[in-house]
Amino acid sequence: MGVRQISVFLENKAGRLSDVTKVLGDNNVDISALSIADTAHFGILRLIVNNPDLAETVLKKNGYTVSISNVIAIAIDDNPGALAKALEVLTDEDITIEYIYAFTGKTENKALVVLKVEDIEKATELLRSRNIRVLDDSEVYSL
Amino acid sequence: MHYWNEHFECMSRDEMKVLQSRRLQKLVDRVYNRVPHYRTKMMEAGVEPGDIKSVEDIVKLPFTTKQDLRDTYPFGMFAVDMDEITRIHASSGTTGKQTVVGYTARDIDNWAECMARSLVGAGASRKSMVHVAYGYGLFTGGLGVHYGAEKMGCTVIPVSSGNTARQITILKDFKPDILCCTPSYALYIAEELYASGCTLEDINLKAGVFGAEPWSEEMRKEIEGKLGLKAVDIYGLSEIMGPAVSCECLEQKGMHIQEDHFLIEIIDPTTGNHVPEGEKGEVVFTTLTKEGFPLIRYRTRDVSCIDTSQCACGRTTARMMKLCGRTDDMLIIRGVNVFPSQIESVLLELGETAPHYLIIVDRVGNHDTIEVQVEMTENFFSDSVKYIESLEHRIKSKLDSVLGLNVKVSLVEPKTLARSEGKAKRVIDKRKM
Repeated sequence: MGVRQISVFLENKAGRLSDVTKVLGDNNVDISALSIADTAHFGILRLIVNNPDLAETVLKKNGYTVSISNVIAIAIDDNPGALAKALEVLTDEDITIEYIYAFTGKTENKALVVLKVEDIEKATELLRSRNIRVLDDSEVYSL
Repeated sequence: MHYWNEHFECMSRDEMKVLQSRRLQKLVDRVYNRVPHYRTKMMEAGVEPGDIKSVEDIVKLPFTTKQDLRDTYPFGMFAVDMDEITRIHASSGTTGKQTVVGYTARDIDNWAECMARSLVGAGASRKSMVHVAYGYGLFTGGLGVHYGAEKMGCTVIPVSSGNTARQITILKDFKPDILCCTPSYALYIAEELYASGCTLEDINLKAGVFGAEPWSEEMRKEIEGKLGLKAVDIYGLSEIMGPAVSCECLEQKGMHIQEDHFLIEIIDPTTGNHVPEGEKGEVVFTTLTKEGFPLIRYRTRDVSCIDTSQCACGRTTARMMKLCGRTDDMLIIRGVNVFPSQIESVLLELGETAPHYLIIVDRVGNHDTIEVQVEMTENFFSDSVKYIESLEHRIKSKLDSVLGLNVKVSLVEPKTLARSEGKAKRVIDKRKM
């Protein structure tokens, strides 16, 4: 269930980000979304890619600490208030969002957003019941 | 006042040797009969008290190491009944078990005697007001200086360490002439003094007796300039006595060893043989007069060399040069002894990271800082910042409490810390000593 997201542990050091992206690029892994959560010492790079399994393998092979977590990707109208409406659905049901980040939009007039929640199944069901489009994983990988 | 005890401080080398030989004979006899650990070790080495007739015979005796003290923890090395012990001190226990030492009333008096000689050598007199900013407690610094200064008849201010604002008020208002503390704390006090708007006019320090951690000649110049005093180096370790085993005079050319109480040897740490005078080696001490906790040929792991020529101050006692290292990997950070192996044990105990680490010691301003870099492992990597921060925090709390220092912990990527062949490089010490 959900979209497989790659997380990589990175020290806050010059050049680390470009190293990771180079490893992925050299192995033909296409990145469609990324975000970084950082503290003074370290960062966690989160990636949505076309081939999560390959990405995991090549990153590990190059010595990175990698974990895979499942997230939800939704497509909402690219209008003011659309995100608020989608999030309200989750808030009303007491589903908390651990983190969220936006995609580069490749879908016409739609904004793509990645959400990390505890119970993906429940959140997906809920969003779909309110007519918010939740993308299938295969759909996301082919973006 | 030039000497506290001219008889012992200026006796001829030959007289000193006779005195030391006599005291060594008595000491060996006493420990053989009263401390089972020594008796066993001497029997194993095939040596009897009768074999020791002069200081030259000391080489027949086995060495005593920190391990012996651990094996006999807490009181196994004491050579008198507990009711004769009037004081206990203990090392910080940084390498595992703490080392416990006991003193009889006479030991305390001898210690005060050594300290009085040291203070007088640094320029103190009966009229001095001595500001003691070494910590009081199980650590020997505070009480060690205190008893010596009191024995001299000085006015002692037992401030202990910490509360720097108060230290400055006392320096300004009471105007002590002698300051005793760690050299890094002396510099910190100086900085805070200037930061509070004071100048040298506001204080009246003449001399400082600084020790308990390694410090450089550059640091000496800086302290002297900032506090307007003469800074002398004092040496000691709780196993042997505490501070005042040796101390510089105002000539600042090596620390005069109180040789009527402590017999020094400098050995090659690998062979155990004596090195020629002036050559560096491991410092080994035998306590000639100690009653409570006598030590025979105790290997301090400190590296230094000695000079037995007469000093310009007139004293004939041998002088130890400033320490130039350790035979083990012990670090002294803000006066606290730190062994890299302690950090490894903490990491292994927590089991949440790889046991690979790098210790980076630095001096920012005049503060020693310690950073421990720890490698993250796959198993404990989580996508959550909160989790990783709490992992860092758990490691930090445990290290802080084990080391007794404020440690900065940084998690680093796996396999980024150097793995060298054989002995791993665990420490980067950026301080300039």
